[in-house]
Amino acid sequence: MTTLDLSKPTTALKSRVQLVKWPRLEPTLVLSWLVIALAIAFALAPQLFTPHSGTIGLAGNQLKPPSAEHWLGTDEIGRDVFARIIYGAINSLSGALIAVTVGFTGGTALGLIAGSSRRVVDDTIMRLVDTLLSVPGLLLQLSIIIILGFGTTNVAIAVGATSVASFARLSRAEVIRVRRADYVEAAFGSGGRFLNVLWRHVLPNSLGTVLAYAALQFGVAILAIATLGFLGYGAPPPIPEWGLLIAEGRKYMTTSWWLTVFPGLAVILVVLAANRISLALRARS
Amino acid sequence: MSNYLLSRIGQAAIVLLLAFAASFLLLQALPGDAILIKYQNPEMGLTPEQIAEIRVLYGADAPIWVQFGNTVWNFVQGSFGYSVQAGVPVRDLIAVNLPATLRLSSLGLVAAIALALLVAFAATLAPLRWLRSLIASAPSLLAALPVFWIGIVLIQIFSFRLRLVPVINPNEFQQLVLPVATLAIPIAAPLAQVFIRSLDEIEAQPFIAVVRAKGASRAWILFRHMLRNAILPVLTIAGVLFGDLLAGAVVTETVFGLNGLGRVTEQAVSNQDTAVLQAIVVLAALGFVFVNLLVDLAAPLIDPRLNRKIGAAA
Repeated sequence: MTTLDLSKPTTALKSRVQLVKWPRLEPTLVLSWLVIALAIAFALAPQLFTPHSGTIGLAGNQLKPPSAEHWLGTDEIGRDVFARIIYGAINSLSGALIAVTVGFTGGTALGLIAGSSRRVVDDTIMRLVDTLLSVPGLLLQLSIIIILGFGTTNVAIAVGATSVASFARLSRAEVIRVRRADYVEAAFGSGGRFLNVLWRHVLPNSLGTVLAYAALQFGVAILAIATLGFLGYGAPPPIPEWGLLIAEGRKYMTTSWWLTVFPGLAVILVVLAANRISLALRARS
Repeated sequence: MSNYLLSRIGQAAIVLLLAFAASFLLLQALPGDAILIKYQNPEMGLTPEQIAEIRVLYGADAPIWVQFGNTVWNFVQGSFGYSVQAGVPVRDLIAVNLPATLRLSSLGLVAAIALALLVAFAATLAPLRWLRSLIASAPSLLAALPVFWIGIVLIQIFSFRLRLVPVINPNEFQQLVLPVATLAIPIAAPLAQVFIRSLDEIEAQPFIAVVRAKGASRAWILFRHMLRNAILPVLTIAGVLFGDLLAGAVVTETVFGLNGLGRVTEQAVSNQDTAVLQAIVVLAALGFVFVNLLVDLAAPLIDPRLNRKIGAAA
């Protein structure tokens, strides 16, 4: 009895401490969400953030260094670089979103099938996944682009298709882990049909790690889309895509460093933010 | 052990064959090929009959399975077909451009390993705790940098600001130093990340505590006790790095205007020269499979405990 009496107040204290304790704010995580929120705001309503146009230049305004009027300078036909970055957000973000959606749905579907099917199906799918992984990502993307043709959407699909294999591998491992759990066996035992149990119990419980990986892939996709845009396979020139901005600014890099440095910083900030958020998601799941 | 070796080689062969079949199906069997792109140009003034004749010459009129058989046979013999755009055999194109890319990427790999070791050692040995964690977080920053952007910024800093590396008439060292650095930084980042994590895990093990209790210095513990234990995870990401190295070479050669396989790849995509791209894709898959096979075989040499596991499994 005495031990019980002794332990009671401490548990009460503990629970009170837990009640008072707020979720600990991690400054870098908050900053990361802010960066992503700002990028999404840029993409949805670019005109709110800049008075300048993203595509039409002003005569006599060419290649001006950063100033109070043009925070990040102007390019070779007098367009505001900051406006170009803001108007370019929609291309990079929607491209990355398409890529992650393609990779996530394709990979999760493959992983779910492989992880829950008989040995033959599993082996066949995993050998295909091995094959996809054996070709370097950029070359696989280029092979798909050569078939689909150039353009923002095609580049996004190519980047997404490249990530299907790694999504499938991760998702399969998770599905196999979840399938062994007691509650799945219980669901089967209480008369659940195979597909039903798969859909209601196995899939939702295997998604946590995969979602963290999706956040990581969002950053990877932004980088890959910028690279393909830089190589000239993405959006055609007047469109302000971040990779393309750097490719165009390259011609003037002897005199105008701001044309290449700032769009690059935009890419880096978004990628860093996505990576940080992915880390937090992984810690939670 | 020989059973294990055989099954590993068999797996590698299956993956290679699948990669080849997939790339063939995707790239060669599709309508709208490079022959049409080049010869349908009105400026050439060719009649449809002449184009059909050219198609026969390239073997593009045969049924798919005949083409597939021919291509497999040709690849086995070391012939990769003709580059339609350049009009030369793909093999010659690759033979001319491979050495430059090999030199760039091997120098890049060496530089990346050196950089990664430097960062990992600094992150383990630096005197202050906050300094160590600062250094340990550097690789995740480096991993977020686009390769082409690194190249452009390095040119701006070292060629145009500091004027250390001339752009016009550089000697061989000056020509290569910036591309190698560009290639090395994004490769070094994941290497250092994995190495630092691996070192951390080893450091938490009891035998390190014993060594420390005996009074060993940090450097002695790192080099004498942790290094060999921590190197294996670094080796196993070599396959991933191989892909990054190749992708990095494509981008780096484009940024710096160097000749090599990367430039060939980039131009093949722009001109839809599928024969060239297919050869490069298949060679890349071959390289990847080979590198991974080597890593799997080398792993037990570094960590003899793995040998026992393989022996038990076989």
